[in-house]
Amino acid sequence: MISRNQTEKLAFATVALASLVVVLPALVIIGFLAAKGAFAISWSFLTQMPKNGMREGGIMPAIVGTLYLVAGTLVFAVPLGVFAAIYLAEYAPQSTLRRIVRLSIVNLAGVPSVVYGLFGYGLFVVTLHFGKSILAGSLTLAFLILPVVIAASEEAVRSVPKSFREGSLALGATRWQTIWRVVLPNAAGGIITGVVIGVGRAAGETAPIMFTAAAFFLPKLPSSPLSDCMALPYHLYVVASEMFDAPLSMQWGTALTLLMLVTAMNLVAALIRARFRRAKCW
Amino acid sequence: MLVSVPVSISEAQSPQPRWNAASECVCGKVEVEDLSLFYGTFQALRNVSISIPECAVLALIGPSGCGKSSFLRCINRLNDLIPGARTTGRVLLDGKNVYDPDVDAFLLRKRVGMVFQQPNPFPKSIFENVAYGPRIHGVKNKSELADIVERSLRRAALWDEVKDDVYKPALALSGGQQQRLCIARALAVEPEILLMDEPCSALDPISTGRIEELICSLKEDYTIVIVTHNMQQASRISDYTGFFLMGELIEFGESAQIFTRPKDKRTEDYVTGRFG
Repeated sequence: MISRNQTEKLAFATVALASLVVVLPALVIIGFLAAKGAFAISWSFLTQMPKNGMREGGIMPAIVGTLYLVAGTLVFAVPLGVFAAIYLAEYAPQSTLRRIVRLSIVNLAGVPSVVYGLFGYGLFVVTLHFGKSILAGSLTLAFLILPVVIAASEEAVRSVPKSFREGSLALGATRWQTIWRVVLPNAAGGIITGVVIGVGRAAGETAPIMFTAAAFFLPKLPSSPLSDCMALPYHLYVVASEMFDAPLSMQWGTALTLLMLVTAMNLVAALIRARFRRAKCW
Repeated sequence: MLVSVPVSISEAQSPQPRWNAASECVCGKVEVEDLSLFYGTFQALRNVSISIPECAVLALIGPSGCGKSSFLRCINRLNDLIPGARTTGRVLLDGKNVYDPDVDAFLLRKRVGMVFQQPNPFPKSIFENVAYGPRIHGVKNKSELADIVERSLRRAALWDEVKDDVYKPALALSGGQQQRLCIARALAVEPEILLMDEPCSALDPISTGRIEELICSLKEDYTIVIVTHNMQQASRISDYTGFFLMGELIEFGESAQIFTRPKDKRTEDYVTGRFG
């Protein structure tokens, strides 16, 4: 017979082990990348143009390109996603139509990213004549992360207590004033979380940008939203699988840079979220 | 079922009856005529008619789910926001039906303030809470806002407790202070009527006492309708009382009469605590 005490210990050990198994790969990946990539990364690696067909020099244009793509994605995805979430949570009547819309958004999240890439190529690059450009890539990535942004934002908007809304409306505020001044500030933390998860994904995706934005090798910075650009994930893909004589340090360095960039974005978002929480004075 | 005819205000000793020159009749601030409310197929209010006298306190009593809060929310049209809610009948505010299509529900709610059961200050500072209403109605001038905030907090008997710290978070206040803040927030948009939905049910007896004092002082300037489950409270602070049961207004009259000589057997059972 197992005593209640033993059951308790067994249960605790099981859940602790499961957590450890989850943590371990993350630590291993980060540790491995850090160990291998740290030697490759230097100031000149981060700030110089690639040389000798990407076998030497730095990855500056890829970093800048990824930053541009991420910024462009934010510009399109945040307003679209947040407004759509507000519509779903606040304005759309409780109807079958809304359920269908919600279901489509959830299912969109499961569409493979390469499909988004082809969709973006067909719509933005070819049909709308944006060409292979930051604009086309940003729009494609924005569509890729919209489901995440909408789902998180809707959840955040919905979780704002009804009593806040009623308090505002009872003072004669319109629904939009209530949304803008009471609901959104209180939902901001959740919205930012969703956006960051989405943007982290957008920054690391290769497939959606390889047809729509990313250049194989472009030793200069993009000059306008209609220029194509290098990007970290695509660059990594190229040096790791398309070029057999690229030095390993180039690959590790690029991978670590991408990881640090995404981590930095998450950190910034965490800071913003903390600030919002303080401003809410709960 | 019979709905008791509202006691004409002219029978009351105080306040003084107010004559409406246009219709040559004695009218309350709010005249509710034959009001029914439906949530989908469920009928929450059945042909309620009541005359709410100006500058007096009307208490609404009755068991949970009898329609008191629903009735309150008909007066400021907060029920509009509930999908499937619809009303029949009329709610006349100063003679104008608030359900007429040309009535702006947002402006109506500026005239008809509301205080909720659970204190619901916004998670902002005390100042921002009170300034919220004036701001959404277009007051931008900083010193004007500060004036309104101070005046409203004074009127809600909260100023002396918070005057040194109006920028601290509203949620750091005690429950009773939060409820007075909510009253101040409602007063800041200069309403004519205050609807209070069990404003003391989440408060301790001391805080409740302070809110009751406040209500008695506010009735000089405001028409107050308060829902309460506390019979002593209703008899202490109200001038008139209405008793609701299953969506019907069973009896309405001066509080002294309702609590001492109720005309309806059901009212008597309820106010004496013999109700199931």
